Amino acid sequence: MAKNANRKLARQAAITGIGQSAVGRRLNVDPLGLTADACLEAIADAGLCRDDIDGISTYPGGGIPGAPGFSGAGISDVQDMLRLKVDWFCGGLELPGQLGSVINACMAVATGMARHVLCFRTVWESTAQGTGPRGGIGTGGGGRFRAGGFMQWTLPYGAASAAVWIAMMARRHFHEFGTTREQMAQIALNARRNAGLNPKAIYREPMALDDYLEARMISDPFCLYDCDAPVDGSTALIVSAVDAARDCRKPPLLVEAVGSALRGRPSWDQFDDLTTMALRDASAMLWERTDLKPADVQVAELYDGFSFIAMAWLEALGFCGKGESGPFIEGGNAIALDGEIPLNTQGGQLSAGRLHGFGLLHEAALQLWGEGEQRQVPGGPEVAVAAAGGGPLGGCLLLRRGD
Amino acid sequence: MTEKPFRLLPEVGAENAHFWQGGAEGELRFLRCQACRTYVHPPAPVCPECLSRELSPEAVSGLARLYTYTLNHHSWVPGFDPPYWVAIVEIDEQPGLRLTTNLVGCSPADVKIGMRVRVCFEEREDGIYIPLFEPENS
Repeated sequence: MAKNANRKLARQAAITGIGQSAVGRRLNVDPLGLTADACLEAIADAGLCRDDIDGISTYPGGGIPGAPGFSGAGISDVQDMLRLKVDWFCGGLELPGQLGSVINACMAVATGMARHVLCFRTVWESTAQGTGPRGGIGTGGGGRFRAGGFMQWTLPYGAASAAVWIAMMARRHFHEFGTTREQMAQIALNARRNAGLNPKAIYREPMALDDYLEARMISDPFCLYDCDAPVDGSTALIVSAVDAARDCRKPPLLVEAVGSALRGRPSWDQFDDLTTMALRDASAMLWERTDLKPADVQVAELYDGFSFIAMAWLEALGFCGKGESGPFIEGGNAIALDGEIPLNTQGGQLSAGRLHGFGLLHEAALQLWGEGEQRQVPGGPEVAVAAAGGGPLGGCLLLRRGD
Repeated sequence: MTEKPFRLLPEVGAENAHFWQGGAEGELRFLRCQACRTYVHPPAPVCPECLSRELSPEAVSGLARLYTYTLNHHSWVPGFDPPYWVAIVEIDEQPGLRLTTNLVGCSPADVKIGMRVRVCFEEREDGIYIPLFEPENS
């Protein structure tokens, strides 16, 4: 019996419907319209009507400063647009990764706060960053900009992006375990192969190892193809209490366990082991709360905001040993659609666009319902894991298809 | 003052002045717990080990080891032009006491994780000294 079994979420919460808007580069449409498309599709997919929705959850919520288009819609935007009457709602940024908002929804239905929670995430980064003036970091304020908070420790050094911070994690992994760029390339090449089978993916043309190795360097060892693609798009899903899930149209995807732990310092440079960070703790917690094992998982949708993060998730979740993700993915067979653990089957964020974790969970659900069409993992998978976040942010969910 | 590249600067106040202004005396300084002698970074009002509130800035040797690095090629901050080295160094005095910084005065062939480095300072306006690191034997 799993440790903490008496406290686990297992079989108390389920995903019952999914929806997704158009996804693209510079769609130049209202992000709230995209959000409506995703939310209404998810509600219909679950076989519900909007009056059934009594909770809303999102990441990061409205009113968040930062990169333009990072938050395409907040809770109140969606609640008012759909005139939802809710008993529970929650939007926030300080969560165990982007899917922390879905974990919140699971807790809300497990504790009876709500029966059907609408979870959504809208990004609008492609249009927002592609049209208005690109001021760049620190160019406002007439040259008197000063970095405060945790940014004071990075911005003076030009370490202004997660690309730089995570590149240093990858470099440390290369040093400790002998990992190579040719190995890391398999995350991008696998994503691109799968994207070729996904009509909604952003980059679908074939990519070879040489294309990868010749690409422009961003922050060594990351080249352009190690970095995900900003897009416009919205993803939504319904989290239902299991008794309420019986009213839904499709077999419920039971939330077998979740991981939300962060047992080291919440810092990009002070965390004890930079080659794994929060992913280690979230993954450990997930397996502490279920009798299932990594070998039971048939589909893995793992965050690839940068290619290395997916490798770190593969290790943390136990699909290979610590430090062994390089040899594990070498050649690409183990993570292919017909491989040992099919990875990022829709093209990941690297080739299908940066839907910020929610696209990965959407794909996990789609695969478990057998709706993957050309990219469907063979054999009717029943267990999938979705994980999002990197650095000091990480959260993961283990899903099992119910009857 | 010789021509220096543009650099975004930190907001300096009572809680972090010891760090950003220590270079005026050539010193790299961290808060240190006067009860259990732990260095505390980033600065905080309480020692994370023993919860003492008796914290004072103290200078360290400025010697460190390269923990990891990246040679950055992308322009993130207008005026701060690539390529440049971003590094995380681990300060000799305490395992896990790390800084994100820039490596200077080294060529790609020199840079190896584990290499010995030492602090140097770039003087900026408003009494701010940016701690940078260079190879110890340079």
